[in-house]
Amino acid sequence: MTRTRTSGIASIMRARVWPLAAACLLVGLLPCAAAQATAAQQVHATQAWIRVLPGALPAGAYVTLRNDGDQPVQLTGAKSSSYAQAMLHQSSMSGGMSHMSGIGSLAIPAHGQVVLAPAGYHLMLMHAIAPVVPGTRVRLTLEFSDGSSLPVEFLARPANAIGPDSH
Amino acid sequence: MARVDALGQFSARDQDAILVRGDCRMLRVMNAVKPCRPTRHHHPLRSTLLLSCLALLAALALAGCQRSGALPLRLTNLSGHMPNLSFSLTDDQGKAVTASDYLGKVVLLYFGYTHCPDVCPLTLAHLHVVMQRLGPLADGARILFVSVDPARDTPEILHSYVTAFDPRAVGLTGSPRALERLSKDYRAAFSREPDQANGDYEVSHSAGVYIFDAQGRARVLASPAASQDDIVHDLHLLISQEAKP
Ligand SMILES: [Cu+2]
Repeated sequence: MTRTRTSGIASIMRARVWPLAAACLLVGLLPCAAAQATAAQQVHATQAWIRVLPGALPAGAYVTLRNDGDQPVQLTGAKSSSYAQAMLHQSSMSGGMSHMSGIGSLAIPAHGQVVLAPAGYHLMLMHAIAPVVPGTRVRLTLEFSDGSSLPVEFLARPANAIGPDSH
Repeated sequence: MARVDALGQFSARDQDAILVRGDCRMLRVMNAVKPCRPTRHHHPLRSTLLLSCLALLAALALAGCQRSGALPLRLTNLSGHMPNLSFSLTDDQGKAVTASDYLGKVVLLYFGYTHCPDVCPLTLAHLHVVMQRLGPLADGARILFVSVDPARDTPEILHSYVTAFDPRAVGLTGSPRALERLSKDYRAAFSREPDQANGDYEVSHSAGVYIFDAQGRARVLASPAASQDDIVHDLHLLISQEAKP
């Protein structure tokens, strides 16, 4: 910011910035200053899909999350108007046995990515409000530990799909 | 030392020890300790007996090796290490079925439950691709999805579940006792995790696919890490072996 500089140009800029700031205050709590980006602003989602199972059975949701920010972020869960509940889960193997358990949060490293994919991390979607039809898109809102949230469109795919793309 | 019962099968207790060893070598060792010992008195009848004894042993050892060795199977070999397929359950049409109803088909046995949204569907989706790759041969195989959650998995739910994956998949459920017995046969343990606040619960279960030949004999195990190519390869051999004679 120009606050510490006292050149003539800075004075002009400050003079121009003040009315702008005042306008923002009038509008409300708009983020005027270049505050640090929220998790939702620095995370980009790709390959988002849901494996739809028949009837009222729970579904698994998968997505690749890339963090373009300089700070790691924590995914804490998701919400959707299409499902009563969405939980962050991890499947794991030990001694030839497959387990599934809830996890509180999932870190996405700075300038790195995390893949939610079958047999690993996933969002478990329970109790669909209305039947979800393969081929349609379902919006899930990803939630981060800083309180920000990111709406993502997930492609509903049939039970025997292997990944996000039909082949 | 492993024990062999009248049918030439290893007792369940010894399976663990045997699983890691070469089966043919093991069979020879086991046959060698059978009571066919030469005696000091070379009675002609005794000699004949001894010779036929040895011939029988050789035949047995050969048969054992041919059974597991003739087919160059790539997945984890189970031949002779696990009991033949045997169960008495209910299929996804609500019909009482036993293992003999699937004789003549190569069986892919998998334990799971329909409320499992991640690993079970992934396994079944992979098996569907495997079946597609087999082409017309796939009709010689059946995927048997055995529920480890009989409380929630009714035949109706199982039916809509398995048919969403592959037309050659069959859902099986039954009494907790019958399911436990079948899973114990293949050391495919399962356990119900504690209920969550809303009454939902998860079930931990064995993750491998047990593959039986058309005579119901356990042949190979496809672990979750097994490649699709290897599964297609082995099924191809087992199904076409059945089609030949
Ligand atoms: Cu899950």
